[in-house]
Amino acid sequence: MEGHQLQHQAACMRKALFDQGYLDDQFLQLEDLEDEANPNFVEEVVKLYYSDSARFIRNIELTLDKNPFDFEKLDDIMHQFKGSSSSIGAKKLKTECTQFQEYCKIGNFEGCMRTFQEVKQEHAVLKKKLESYFQVFLLVHVYNCVYVCVDVHFVTN
Amino acid sequence: MDLGVKPVSFTSSSASWKSADGVPDQFPAGLRVLVVDDDPTCLRILEKMLKNCLYEVTTCNRAEVALKFLRDNKNGYDIVISDVHMPDMDGFKLLEHVGLEMDLPVIMMSADDSKNVVMKGVTHGACDYLIKPVRMEALKNIWQHVVRKKKHEWKEKDFEQSGSVDEVERQHKPPEDVDYSSSANEGNWKNSKKRKDEEDEAEERDDSSTLKKPRVVWSVELHQQFVTAVNQLGIDKAVPKKILELMNVPGLTRENVASHLQKYRLYLRRLSGVSQHQNGLGSSFMGPPDAPFGPMSSLSGVDLQALAASGQLPPQSLATIQAAALGRAATKSAIPVPLIDQRNIFSFENPKLRFLDGQQQQNNNSKQVSLLHGIPTNMDSKQLATLHQSAQSFGSMNMHVHSQASQSNSLLTQMVQPPSRAQILNEINGSHALNLPSSAGQPVLSQAVPNAVLGQNGIENVRRPAFTSVSQPSTVVDFSRSQSTEFPENSFSLNRTQDWRLQDVRSTFEAQQHSNGRGSLDVSSSVLIQQQFSSNQKSGQNRIPPVRKAAFSVADGLGNTSNIGQQLSSSLVDNPSRIKAERLPDMGFQNGLFSEHFGQEDLMTAILKQQQGGMEPIENEFGFDGYHLDNLPV
Repeated sequence: MEGHQLQHQAACMRKALFDQGYLDDQFLQLEDLEDEANPNFVEEVVKLYYSDSARFIRNIELTLDKNPFDFEKLDDIMHQFKGSSSSIGAKKLKTECTQFQEYCKIGNFEGCMRTFQEVKQEHAVLKKKLESYFQVFLLVHVYNCVYVCVDVHFVTN
Repeated sequence: MDLGVKPVSFTSSSASWKSADGVPDQFPAGLRVLVVDDDPTCLRILEKMLKNCLYEVTTCNRAEVALKFLRDNKNGYDIVISDVHMPDMDGFKLLEHVGLEMDLPVIMMSADDSKNVVMKGVTHGACDYLIKPVRMEALKNIWQHVVRKKKHEWKEKDFEQSGSVDEVERQHKPPEDVDYSSSANEGNWKNSKKRKDEEDEAEERDDSSTLKKPRVVWSVELHQQFVTAVNQLGIDKAVPKKILELMNVPGLTRENVASHLQKYRLYLRRLSGVSQHQNGLGSSFMGPPDAPFGPMSSLSGVDLQALAASGQLPPQSLATIQAAALGRAATKSAIPVPLIDQRNIFSFENPKLRFLDGQQQQNNNSKQVSLLHGIPTNMDSKQLATLHQSAQSFGSMNMHVHSQASQSNSLLTQMVQPPSRAQILNEINGSHALNLPSSAGQPVLSQAVPNAVLGQNGIENVRRPAFTSVSQPSTVVDFSRSQSTEFPENSFSLNRTQDWRLQDVRSTFEAQQHSNGRGSLDVSSSVLIQQQFSSNQKSGQNRIPPVRKAAFSVADGLGNTSNIGQQLSSSLVDNPSRIKAERLPDMGFQNGLFSEHFGQEDLMTAILKQQQGGMEPIENEFGFDGYHLDNLPV
């Protein structure tokens, strides 16, 4: 039924995120941390990540605008960004970050610029996907609550 | 979640746990963790993970805040987890602070998994290094680091306290204060021991009624007997029961032997581990003065054992060194340094120098290698005579070892090859002052001594006293002053040349012991060592320069910047010598020697490098209070 369909949809979305390489094992670790006290832990962390990671993007952009190019600083910022991204299991994003750092190490400004665009894009894409995913999960959750309530109502009546 | 099995034999830690968090039975639940990470996402995830492990978590996103938490609540945390990369303070710096001030286990984290960063964590004293993203499994077992550390501390206390065995041995020794010249070391040791005994005896009586094992102080002779027994049985076959039988020491229990054996094994293992580490880094930071250490570091515990077992190494001296080393090891971690010191001695004593080749290969400084190895191998009779002299004087001065004469004789016998040995022995016996002719051999000796001294000191003070020393530069000055007051008993240190290492370390160590709470001697020693060590740490992989700087700074603290080498040696070693007029020539020699050949900082560097493997200071009880650079032949 609807509830099942929602659940099924959520499961498919989740599977796709993993299959398409957007998420890795670390995301599973976050899911394992969810419990009754923190039922939305994963979503909470992802939200926290996105509110914080914007500053990395901004800092890199500012540093890329400066002249002369400070590769060391870029590498440094990206290193932190990568660490943060990896903690939520953002697999593709992490790969792009690593690529960016590679270009920094060899001082390839164009490579950095190009890769940075990839980083920004991956960052945005993942955000959308996760938002949709959480929305579906929320619906499932809500539906289950309602469903349970309805069931209870049926039972008691 | 699996909370882990509570360590069964770790009674003392349970006791400490009780006092700490009041929930010993649920260990490791309730482990108080302080997490420091500037990334809020990571911090939140770590917090949740740790809470799921049933740990008590405190988070902060700035290192300064973390330090404040730690300082405000010194016993409020059991372990610290810190990110390497933080905006306000480098994670390694925080690591140092925590290690020095609070002596808590610190785990480093980083997304950077490159070898040099991980190595940096190791060398700075991190007990573990986690690669981000951190997984739950990695955090589940962090309690082991707390247990391990507490266990080391407990064992250290165990060794520090006088035991019945020690008392029995003391009875066999000649009166303490009678003859400083001939038994200064022993007297000194005894004094230090006596003080400790006075302090600890009451405790010990009480403790004997507690769950704690009877404390046994592994004195030099005792350890010597232990090592002899182990060598007889073979390190692999040495079981506590058999060792106990062979040792035949009244009052010694199988448990005492077992725990000592365990430490000894760890010590040897660490030695080989450190030596590997040292070998890798030796070329980078071991300068000429490191020659003794180069070879030493390359020596493995097996080599040491082999040396000892082969008879080329005087078992007594080996035992002495090991005893000291093990004693120190009890305090914090393994003591590669003492072992290294021992190796030096052995290398000196062993003309064959089996590790000579290895050393030469590993040691970039051929000069040093040749010097080092030169002593036993290349030394001419004159040098050997010198060596013998030192050994002889050491032997004759042997502090707390009753068989001083026999020891020295045996040492000399083993070490000395030249026919003039007897003559030298006679000469040495007759004089307190070390009259080593300036020769090539001497530099090596001096090297060894400072290394030994530093090693000893460093070992002792690698971790803990560091902060005291660093923050109390005045103690360095006090050190020199106090030494004059505290070292009258250490006159022996000057006179010993052979086991100068042992002696120097002993006296130095003892000085340190004395100064602990009594004077600033040990503090200064610790300062010296610690500063060097700290600077070593700070320097990361580039060790030599920081050490030198530290040495210089220490020297400055001592008030003499012109000749830092001298200062260092003086502060560490010469102070005792200053007390005695007869030492003046030695001092002169030493100063000259250091500044000429190696520079103490180099030696210290070497020693510190050795120590960075986690060496422990050598306990006084082991009788290593006679290590002084003083004994370097001039």
